[in-house]
Amino acid sequence: MSEGWCRGRSLALFVLVILLPIWIARGFQSDELLQDDEEFGLEGGRPAADPQPPTNPIRSPIRRRPDLDPPSGSADSKSVQFSLEHNLGASEFSPAGTFTARLKSWSHGGQTLTKLRFSRNALTEEEKRAFERLLKEDGHYTIRVPSNVLNPSGEDYVISSVRARCIPRESLDEHFVIHTDGVNIIAVNYGSAGACQYPRLLRYPAKWSFTSYTVLKNSEQAPRTPTFAEELLDGEDGLGEGVKPPEKSFWAKYWMYLVPLGFIVMNAMTQAMNMPEEQQVAGQSTSQGQVAQRAPPTTTTVRRR
Amino acid sequence: MGSSNLRPRTAMAIWARLGFVILLLFFSATLSTALYEDQVGLADWHHKYIGKVKHAVFHTQKTGRKRVVVSTEENVVASLDLRTGFIFWRNVLGKNDHIDQVDIALGKYVVTLSSGGSILRAWNLPDGQMIWESTLPVSTPSKSSLYVLANMNVGKDNLILVFGGSSIHALSSMDGQIVWRKELSIDSLEIQQIFQPHDSDIINAVGFVGSSEFAVYQISYRTGEVMQQSKASFESGFCGEASLVFDNLVVALDASKSSLVSISFKNEVINFHQINLSDLVPDFSGKVTLLPLKFNGMLAIEIASSVLLLRVKGPNELEFVEKISHPFAVSDALPLSKEQQAFAILQHDESKIHFKVKSDNDLRNEILQETIQMDSQRGNIEKVFINNYIRTDRTHGFRFLVVMEDHSLLLIQQGEIVWSREDGLASIVDSTTSELPVEKEGVSVAEVEHNLFEWLKGHLLKLKGTLMLASPDEVAAIQAIRLKSSEKNKMTRDHNGFRKLIIVLTRAGKVLALHTGDGRVVWSVLLPALRRSETCGNPFALRVYQWQVPHHHAMHENPSVLVVGRCGHGFDAPGIFSIVDSYTGKVQNSLILEHSVSHIMPLPLTDSTEQRLHLIIDAKLQAHLYPKNSDSLKHFFNEMPNIYWYSVEIEKNKIRGYSLESKAEPDTAEEYVFQAKELWSIVFPSESEKIAVTATRKKNEIVHTQAKVVADQDVMYKYISKNILFVATVAPKAAGEIGSATPEDALLYAYLIDTVSGRILHRVCHQGAQGPVHAVVSENWVVYHYFNLRAHRYEMSVIEIYDQSRADNKDVWKLVLGKHNLTAPVSLYSRPDVMVKSQSYFFTHSVKSMAVTATAKGITSKQLLIGTIGDQVLALDKRFLDPRRSVNPTQSEKEEGIIPLSDSLPIVPQSYITHSLQVEGLRSMVTIPAKLESTTLIFSYGVDLFFTRIAPSRTYDSLTEDFSYALLLITIVALVAAIFVTWALSEKKELKEKWR
Repeated sequence: MSEGWCRGRSLALFVLVILLPIWIARGFQSDELLQDDEEFGLEGGRPAADPQPPTNPIRSPIRRRPDLDPPSGSADSKSVQFSLEHNLGASEFSPAGTFTARLKSWSHGGQTLTKLRFSRNALTEEEKRAFERLLKEDGHYTIRVPSNVLNPSGEDYVISSVRARCIPRESLDEHFVIHTDGVNIIAVNYGSAGACQYPRLLRYPAKWSFTSYTVLKNSEQAPRTPTFAEELLDGEDGLGEGVKPPEKSFWAKYWMYLVPLGFIVMNAMTQAMNMPEEQQVAGQSTSQGQVAQRAPPTTTTVRRR
Repeated sequence: MGSSNLRPRTAMAIWARLGFVILLLFFSATLSTALYEDQVGLADWHHKYIGKVKHAVFHTQKTGRKRVVVSTEENVVASLDLRTGFIFWRNVLGKNDHIDQVDIALGKYVVTLSSGGSILRAWNLPDGQMIWESTLPVSTPSKSSLYVLANMNVGKDNLILVFGGSSIHALSSMDGQIVWRKELSIDSLEIQQIFQPHDSDIINAVGFVGSSEFAVYQISYRTGEVMQQSKASFESGFCGEASLVFDNLVVALDASKSSLVSISFKNEVINFHQINLSDLVPDFSGKVTLLPLKFNGMLAIEIASSVLLLRVKGPNELEFVEKISHPFAVSDALPLSKEQQAFAILQHDESKIHFKVKSDNDLRNEILQETIQMDSQRGNIEKVFINNYIRTDRTHGFRFLVVMEDHSLLLIQQGEIVWSREDGLASIVDSTTSELPVEKEGVSVAEVEHNLFEWLKGHLLKLKGTLMLASPDEVAAIQAIRLKSSEKNKMTRDHNGFRKLIIVLTRAGKVLALHTGDGRVVWSVLLPALRRSETCGNPFALRVYQWQVPHHHAMHENPSVLVVGRCGHGFDAPGIFSIVDSYTGKVQNSLILEHSVSHIMPLPLTDSTEQRLHLIIDAKLQAHLYPKNSDSLKHFFNEMPNIYWYSVEIEKNKIRGYSLESKAEPDTAEEYVFQAKELWSIVFPSESEKIAVTATRKKNEIVHTQAKVVADQDVMYKYISKNILFVATVAPKAAGEIGSATPEDALLYAYLIDTVSGRILHRVCHQGAQGPVHAVVSENWVVYHYFNLRAHRYEMSVIEIYDQSRADNKDVWKLVLGKHNLTAPVSLYSRPDVMVKSQSYFFTHSVKSMAVTATAKGITSKQLLIGTIGDQVLALDKRFLDPRRSVNPTQSEKEEGIIPLSDSLPIVPQSYITHSLQVEGLRSMVTIPAKLESTTLIFSYGVDLFFTRIAPSRTYDSLTEDFSYALLLITIVALVAAIFVTWALSEKKELKEKWR
């Protein structure tokens, strides 16, 4: 009985131990959500790999991260739509597609745009001709979206442009990065999906349809300034450490003095070493002299030989 | 030292070692980096200024007789020596603390009223110490005035009256306590004048109620009680201007500003008399303004372009005295004796100024009449203050303190300029530099060093000096010559590039060339285009740019600078364009543009005569190309598709990017005008963000290497783009002063934006941070300074941005064989692949401005220059603001020079480049690279000017000035001697060997 209870308790504990990190992780994830970039669509993937029905040039975003879903109940959402307009070198902007997103309202009052989807309108013949002309003259292809998506006033647009020659690859590849502060669009960075070569060559796409990739970006949080309480206590030491100006080693700075000095010292040393030696030598020489004196006949005999 | 085992045979070696140690000690003493006391002033100079004088008060009592107290438009209160013009003391008030009035109380305090009549301060007259400060509760800042009661007995506590709007404050002049306060509780009362009838305890206040009523109050001096009040209305109304003529007579202008109304009041009876001006001036038409002339019985009115002096004989009687035409200046009244008053009229006539002093006894004739010659570069006369003294023959003498159009201040006495101060230099708007001419025969720069006679004279003087025959004056002259001919003050280019001309543009529209050696003015010119004229009523100076820098094509020509200004303060006001020779100050070309000036873009292009191409964008977003010649157009068309520009619209919270497109057919007048095409825009949501600051890299900055070798032999490539724009936005709630918002409301966003494509490269949010934000961008990093509300401290953040698209170029072999993409052209239309590193540190000071050092080749490491709140310049090594600092750097990181992480940035007293000096009112710091790679020149300006040169990594490429050549020489001599000695010794030894 007690054993069973014990086992039951340990089981409960085990379950708790298992669940706790998950729960923490889950809480942590929902916290992170606000700060994370939300990515939809294939970023940088080869569009040719995706089979595309020719009848439907509209490409909707394909994938989204499942773990981005906030805990249910913490927010309610509604759908918003705003249109993309483009300018093909003419004087006026014309509609080119529609963005659809979900607007999430948070319990703490904030709102964020999520789940962005984009559908491009097919290029009309006229637009295609205009685009060709843009390609020929290396002009700018300009797009715009309203900055306030909830109630577009028709005044404030966020505009972005790219040289038209950057776009064509197999099809017309475009890449949107939409910077938002939750609900307002601050900027749209529009460009080609990959790199744009510099000298820009005139090249027509094989397919006159757009392949679009969209990324929604919120701002990052700055890392907090590190604070060291313990270092503040012995701050003097650390400060003294930091205070020291960049210094070369002593040798690097004063080698020009040290080398000659070393020479002098060496010389002096050798002299100091030599002199006693000489004295010794002199002593020796005197003894040698004695020796010489003792044995002069041999040398003289040698010399005389 | 081991002396125990000292043996005679090693004595010499030990002596050598001892000498070595002594030498070591000698060297280690010179290791410190900071400046020694005797090195101050060798490479730096500091000039003190005060700005354009608004008010001047002469002190009449004995000790203060040598001084004049002035207040200026730069918010400076200063006491100047009347004999020399030197500053005895000066106090610089805050940026928004404009001085309304200055006066002397009790004969020992200087009293200033500032901040729209809300702050009253007293300064000690001899030394400028603040005695007391008093804040007055002023509900609405209005025109306020100060009235110091003067006729009380000395020693008794006099009252100082401050009046503005409908309230009067009386303060004790001893301690600044408010004695009484009276709200003359009628809405819209504007007190015009307060005065005290002779020897009474009553003060009178007169003013207007609304636009048609006139009111007189009699107030008790002791308590502030209203003893008597009377009001009367005048049907045609007043315009608000009035002048007190007598104790019971005020002359005002009526609402239409076309006729005078004399108002006499006595014992609650107010009478109005309308005076028709056409009786006095037969051909009168148009509008009149009253000039403030505090002179009993006199009135000065301005009609069209001339001024009439009128004498008031009675309420209904005006007498015409004199007509003065522009330009002119009239001083306030100066009491000569109890009954007699005098005032001065100065009139400009071409290059002469006529001085007239009149007294009220005899207005037809002058007491004094003088004429002096005036330098035309000082412009017209603007203001005059008059002071008298007793001459040796017991008559009255007068001295005049004159403020000129270029903001300079002169003292004139006995028909001579006693001293002058170039105080326009306190309000520098912009600056640029120019190289000096190359040293060769026949080079002449404004003042040539010497002609033959001067040369001979100089040598004669020097000879006298050496023979001890020179008088003190001559000694001073010799000193001056020495200073002038000393290396650093020459008027030619030097090898190290330390000698240059700093060309500054002041707010008065004057261009001055300062020599970097000692800061003297080489030439100055008051630009005619920036002077007030018929066509341009309110001109003001904007910027100065290098226009022509002779290089190889046009070496024989002098360099020149371009000065751009604007006629009036509106953005659509026409622009002003002036080209000035950098060596002589001669105006080469000057014109008023047909279009306005909102942006000026110097292009990195020059035409065949080396004139720099400039694009001027007007308010209608049209770009105008200068210089207007076909050659420049040709160069421009080549580069036109690659020219992009952007504009920051702070009010609309937007940044827009543009390219240019040709508008008109060639060979028309519109040939040089281009249309802007909007390429991108960034809209900051106005409810959550507000642009606080923008910063870009300096156009002429040179980056030596694009790769950065990090610890483990790894390479990171800097994202180096000239088109990086840093923008900081703050939450509108927290846009006010620090403390006005809670940390939850405060947000600071930092953006890095590419200005060609409009891409946001990086966006980061600092929570709980608020402005004021200061930022500096250089190479691939940005450093910005703001306040952290959570930590209650200032913070500095660094963002470094690296290019990941080149990150695979790490293989040395690839680099050697040239198989890398480092030289491939980069298009900003490509999607950037960047990596960002950032870090924040606490910083103790608040900051006035920030800059970064710049060197000729960009090899030398950088230092940040921080203008502190104490008006000093602090040099902070960029290594402290390295985002890669960590708590425990690895060995390889340590070798790379990474400092262990600390939470705050160190402030080392020795790293203040201004050492003990203060650059009062510091506004900006300009760094100029010298030719010597290690050194950078720094010119900082505010009210004062300060110039110095610093070497952020020390002067590794040249010997320092304190390098001991003697020691080097001794070493060499010793070496040579040692060589000979050892040679001789070894010869000897060899000989002995041979003799063995």
